[in-house]
Amino acid sequence: MTTETRWIGARVPKLDAPAKATGQVRYLSDLSLPGMLHGKIRRSDRPHARIVTIDIGQALAVPGVHAVLTARDIDNVAFGHGNDNNAFKNDIVRCIRDEIAAVAAETEEAAERACRAIQVTYEDLPAIFDPREALQPGAPVLYAEHPDNRPFTYSYGHGSIEQGEAESAFVVDNEFELTWVNHCCMGVSAILASFDAEGRLTLHSQTQVPFLYRRDMAAIVGMDPADIRVIQPTIGGAFGSKLDIYPFEPIAVHLARATRRPVRIVFSRQEEFRASPTRQPAIVTLRTGCDRQGRLTFRDAHVLLDNGGHTSWGATIPFVMMQTVSSLYRVPHVRFACDVVYTNNPYSGSFRGYGNLQATFAVEQQVDMLAERCGLDPLEIRRLNAQHSGEETGQGLVFSTCGLKDCLDSVARQSDWAQARSNREAGAKLRRGVGVAGLLHVGGGAKIYRSDGCGSILSIDDFGKATLVTGSSDIGQGSETVLAQIVAEVLGIDIARVRVINDDTDVKPWDVGVHASRTSYVAGNSALMAARQARDKLLGAAARSFQVPLEELSLRDGSVMRGSERLTALDRLVRSLHFSERAELLVTQAYFEPASVKQDSEFRGNVSPTYAFAAQVAEVEVELDTGVVRVVRVSAAHDVGKVLNALGLEGQIEGGIVMGMGYALSEELKIVQGMVLNPSFRDYHIPTAPEVPEIRVEFIETLDPTGPFGAKGVGEAPAICLAAAIANAVYHATGVRFTRLPLTPERVLEGLIAAGLVADLGASPCQA
Amino acid sequence: MKLCCKVNGEKVEREVDPAARLLDTLREELRLTGTKEGCGKGECGACTIFVNGKPVDSCLMLTIQAQGAEIVTIEGLARDGKLDAVQECFISEGGVQCGFCIPGMIMAARALLNEHPEPTLEQIQYGLGGNLCRCTGYAKIFQAVLKAAQLERV
Repeated sequence: MTTETRWIGARVPKLDAPAKATGQVRYLSDLSLPGMLHGKIRRSDRPHARIVTIDIGQALAVPGVHAVLTARDIDNVAFGHGNDNNAFKNDIVRCIRDEIAAVAAETEEAAERACRAIQVTYEDLPAIFDPREALQPGAPVLYAEHPDNRPFTYSYGHGSIEQGEAESAFVVDNEFELTWVNHCCMGVSAILASFDAEGRLTLHSQTQVPFLYRRDMAAIVGMDPADIRVIQPTIGGAFGSKLDIYPFEPIAVHLARATRRPVRIVFSRQEEFRASPTRQPAIVTLRTGCDRQGRLTFRDAHVLLDNGGHTSWGATIPFVMMQTVSSLYRVPHVRFACDVVYTNNPYSGSFRGYGNLQATFAVEQQVDMLAERCGLDPLEIRRLNAQHSGEETGQGLVFSTCGLKDCLDSVARQSDWAQARSNREAGAKLRRGVGVAGLLHVGGGAKIYRSDGCGSILSIDDFGKATLVTGSSDIGQGSETVLAQIVAEVLGIDIARVRVINDDTDVKPWDVGVHASRTSYVAGNSALMAARQARDKLLGAAARSFQVPLEELSLRDGSVMRGSERLTALDRLVRSLHFSERAELLVTQAYFEPASVKQDSEFRGNVSPTYAFAAQVAEVEVELDTGVVRVVRVSAAHDVGKVLNALGLEGQIEGGIVMGMGYALSEELKIVQGMVLNPSFRDYHIPTAPEVPEIRVEFIETLDPTGPFGAKGVGEAPAICLAAAIANAVYHATGVRFTRLPLTPERVLEGLIAAGLVADLGASPCQA
Repeated sequence: MKLCCKVNGEKVEREVDPAARLLDTLREELRLTGTKEGCGKGECGACTIFVNGKPVDSCLMLTIQAQGAEIVTIEGLARDGKLDAVQECFISEGGVQCGFCIPGMIMAARALLNEHPEPTLEQIQYGLGGNLCRCTGYAKIFQAVLKAAQLERV
């Protein structure tokens, strides 16, 4: 079924790009309201302590201060996935980001000054900084309700590990360690809270999940959710970081309530590094087996997650980690267990990939190790174990379409794999290597709530302009443009005549939010349903008024066409409906619910209606004397179902690849004794322009039967497997296996020295 | 103090706090919010503007240092309603995602092209080395700058 499309598959520039390229877009930090005050938060500087006294006297005396609040001043409702967080900490601080007090003042400077003037005395408590220690008998206890420091455990299995072991010719066993990574959104965390005369609350918020946010916020600040309106100004990056409510948000509401003035809180960059959620650190112990031919026999994983002092979504990443352990390639026997433990480190949230970077780093390195053991090429062992379209995995994931093998073939071609594999030596001081990794991720949401749906309202006005009000949100990824393309395609109009409204809960219908790579698929299908209904209405009206058979009509170039004959312009037809005896408006609405299921208590079930697959090849150079790893080229192939917007898709994939490269090579929030040691871009290194490798991207179109025009989600996938591919390439280059990220020069050099590849010149000056 | 300077071609004369950062004066006094603050320490380039034709991190400059200067911000880059070639190409080549770094990135790219009208890819990479972007992976940004250079040659 190939029909010619005008907008679907084209290279369509983002609709909001002109406003962004001219500086006209208003982000949250650009907004202000008359009478607005500035909020600042006083945080703990102790990782674990009892608050003995808080003296706000001097803070109140700072000129321009309107309010100073602490836990005593509010109804301090507990919230979060573990119900273990509060806007202000009542008596105990459990990590250094913990909120103790907040100030609202006329200026940011006054608010800062007052925050510093708050006197807090503490009584330090014994602390835990290593998740392994949290489970030791006699370890300090963070919460009396959890005397074992273990608020969550996960356990999944299919088949029998014993049988899998018996069928194995080779088994590999490693421990992998993944660290804290900051989202580094270029726009820092911010919120603007204001009450109207009748006590209704308007939140200008960066949330990715406006409807869940409204419900949760209402519970936290003691309001009727119906009295809360969430407006989402353009977001300066999110990547999952805005999936939860964090204490600064209810704090802004409490300050606005106390002062009866609008209150805006904008983090500093240092605060963003210290007090925004991170990617979840993990210690992954993994065993994988295969038979003599290289067919995988079993995977047995144990994951230890450092939950930090409170719980956000980081604690739930095992949902995704276990999918990769159970279902990336065909694995007959699987066991997955996870302990989530409290420590006095900062806590983690959701971050693009949601645990899959961590899981894939372990799983895909062991695939390479097994390939070596049984004498197979890394691509060969993956082809041998990759699933086909139509397969159901042991966990019950149904791969309606699966382009994994095509992705592997594509990257082999793009990277000239065989040639690159044989070309290792680049000189006495430089080694070259090439490595591959594949990935599996949800491609159409994940049904973790009762509904994973999205609503749309589409109207066509009497000038022929279409307005799509979608429940979904755009966090910079370009969903607004993709949805407009879908509407333009179905209605046969120019994309310039489509407006998308997606930023106001008082206007838009319900949606879960931006997560689980669901927007193109779920919101796309919803928009498609609404657009098709509008098309049918228009064509039906035209058939009636021109007395022609419906099936001969189509919409094209803003007109109703009968074959190549133009019957009437769209706007004329709409007016004839509006201003006739029929008095009919052209408004349609749709609610799309994907055909996925909530998993049962044993984590079985088809949680997403479709799945994304990809393979990426990294070509690296390793400097033996310095341990510097340079990524020279990345070749990527992604099963995207169907390309909706080639320009946007490439941008998503390139951005994900560079983010994955940062994860692999340089990004690490250095946390020692609970303190963040590198809260700046100087000391926390995200990839910069000179480091960007050559990136090649190929799309594999598997045309998913339920996707809009066949498309799947792709938002998270590109970031997931590059770290594994790079580690495999570094192994190919040097013969040294690295199981801990990031691959900083220091860590790599240590490994090279330990392997005898480089002479040990003694203690470095830093250690001396 | 009284600040006298030119911003985006227009004369500005007003009482300002001389110790305020130029970034804050632009954003809060002149309401030119196109210039963004990404770090406040000169590490990310989001607040890049032109001062007397040279790219500067406006978070590292005091307002008093702008006395008598000619300043151009992202709002002043378009001329007579026509976008600068760099802006046009950032739009057409997909250089923009969340967009927060983009005003500074475009100013840095404009500065690069002023100095190197026919830049190599490597010159572009190093020329933009002080401007961080978390969304795009920079690839489409390089493409945009190459295209803008091409447009300006013909």
